[in-house]
Amino acid sequence: MSLSPVEGVALAEIESDGGVGEPAAKGVVGRSPGQLAWLRLRRDRTAVVSGVLLIFFMVLGLAAPLIEMVYGIGPREQFQNLLDGFGMPLGYAGGVTGDHWFGVEPGLGRDIFIRLIYGLRTSLFIAFAAALITATIGVVLGALAGYLGGWLDVVINWITDLTLAMPFLIIALALTPTITLRFYGERGQVSAAFGVGVLIGVFAIFGWTSTARLVRGQVIALREREFVEAAKASGAGLGHIIFRQLLPNIWAPILVSFSLAVPQFITSEAALSFIGVGLSDETPSFGRMIYRSLDFLQTDPAYVFFPGITIFALVFAFNLFGDALRDALDPKSSR
Amino acid sequence: MARFLLKRLFSATLTLFAVSVLTFLMFFALPRDPVTSICSKNCNPERLERVRDDLGLNDPLISQYAGYMKGIVTGRDLGSAQGGRCDAPCLGWSYVTNEAVSDTIARVLPVTLSIVIPAAILWLLLGVGLGMVSALRRGTWLDRAAIGFSLTGASLQLYFVGAVLLLVFVYNLRLLPVPSYTSIFDNPAKWASGLVLAWVALAFLFSAIYARLSRAQMLETLSEDFVRTARAKGLAKPTVYGRHALRAAITPVVTIAGLDVGGALGGTVITETTFGIQGLGRTAVDAVRSGDLPTIMATVLIAAVFVVLANVLVDLLYAAIDPRVRLR
Repeated sequence: MSLSPVEGVALAEIESDGGVGEPAAKGVVGRSPGQLAWLRLRRDRTAVVSGVLLIFFMVLGLAAPLIEMVYGIGPREQFQNLLDGFGMPLGYAGGVTGDHWFGVEPGLGRDIFIRLIYGLRTSLFIAFAAALITATIGVVLGALAGYLGGWLDVVINWITDLTLAMPFLIIALALTPTITLRFYGERGQVSAAFGVGVLIGVFAIFGWTSTARLVRGQVIALREREFVEAAKASGAGLGHIIFRQLLPNIWAPILVSFSLAVPQFITSEAALSFIGVGLSDETPSFGRMIYRSLDFLQTDPAYVFFPGITIFALVFAFNLFGDALRDALDPKSSR
Repeated sequence: MARFLLKRLFSATLTLFAVSVLTFLMFFALPRDPVTSICSKNCNPERLERVRDDLGLNDPLISQYAGYMKGIVTGRDLGSAQGGRCDAPCLGWSYVTNEAVSDTIARVLPVTLSIVIPAAILWLLLGVGLGMVSALRRGTWLDRAAIGFSLTGASLQLYFVGAVLLLVFVYNLRLLPVPSYTSIFDNPAKWASGLVLAWVALAFLFSAIYARLSRAQMLETLSEDFVRTARAKGLAKPTVYGRHALRAAITPVVTIAGLDVGGALGGTVITETTFGIQGLGRTAVDAVRSGDLPTIMATVLIAAVFVVLANVLVDLLYAAIDPRVRLR
């Protein structure tokens, strides 16, 4: 989805590069495809803006404890004195004040701003971890299926179909408490890290299919090419051919699919917390906040907007950046 | 063609079989004792043992599975504690709701169908239409508006959009009643007004994805030789775009649509939760919460059937849309 280059424009850009970026005296400079993509990315205004926004979000998430120190309020502190007799925040827009930038939660009276910051941290961590794991599984399975073909291809394809046929939300919903029960028993205090781990595990089981399909297709398109034959003829093993010969040729689509997978996992995590799986109410999370806010839609409408808009901004930035990355890596695509 | 269909149906059956075995193992064989969740803490050991016997939990796992499957195909006798004779398709008896699971499903399935089918029609028409128009009017303000729409929609969350819609149309403007389900055969007007917000929310988010995809596909197709040939031989623009180009551009859209519609028919958990409508998805969530194993099993199986059938249908549609596709 580009506001920017199609083929012609992109070529013109690259050609003009030598003149603009560096002194003309240097003459023609060779550039790797990676450098070219980086140059194109830097010139794309959408990419720069969304990239900066993403870095801002990541810093916010990473620096959550620091922000808590400066802000002076923790994610679990309750401010019952700011609520009226019905548990509704006093003041305007859900109790927004100088001390509580985004107001406080109705009912428990926790500060919304600091909970959002911690929610951002949880969300980004889960999404990146899940995207990394699923990309790895997808690349390995897809490359094996595409390159070796035969019965292995059939089996992996069938497993992919099977995974797609399972209703993800329901299975995740049913599986998470069962796994937790198995590890902690009826009364154990479930640690937050364990909840996060289970969630990442569930994503890993269900999320690898699209990468696998993508890589399989790309590998099939490449496997009969001369350079693969040459590698085979000079005695290269399976690992060498897949990881050293084939993968370097398809890292661009993999990177793009990775960058678009991260926002998908952010939304999936929020969706799962929304229907009440995985993370307990103790761990701040976007989905939990929105789910709670639905009960207060009539009485405290401001409560739904803070997490809702934050998650929209985050996913929007990721999507824009992913598209820009695709344009930069593959100027021929017309998206 | 017939051979392809047979092959495809065979692999679909195989997939469904695997799904059923996996779900069965996951829920019936995992450590949580299903009986304790059926009768709560004040259950004496004798009653526990009786329930266990009724459910056939003392039988070996394979015969439990076989019994379950036999029930679906031919019906079976569940014993007096579980409502006696259970006709095909028998999905078991739920101790939580005290009714046959097939009755529960028969009640909630129309709800999910009523949400998904109109929404799907809406999102396909809107999405593909918008994508086509913006590809044909590339670079104009219309194109830019469509891009903006699809970027925004692709990043929005259903529960947030739903909450905002509820807030505006139900609580503030009071234009619509609080969402609820009425059968279309009882009162079509009430049926539509109770579900229209769910349709709009779903259609908005999905059509964004379809607009994006069909715009990209259409742009690619428009630059192909056969489109130029068709124009050059004097065909009118609507014929070229509507018949020749659309046909070639729409195949990937059909794939995605099959997966999406199939998945949604298996239960729109988030939509139903947001709008408080008791459909298949909500029923599944409730069943998981209360440990109602027979209902969980049934909802998972039904969801899988929809996805698998949608996949077969997509393959068949391919051949109808694109004559170049040979079914083998």
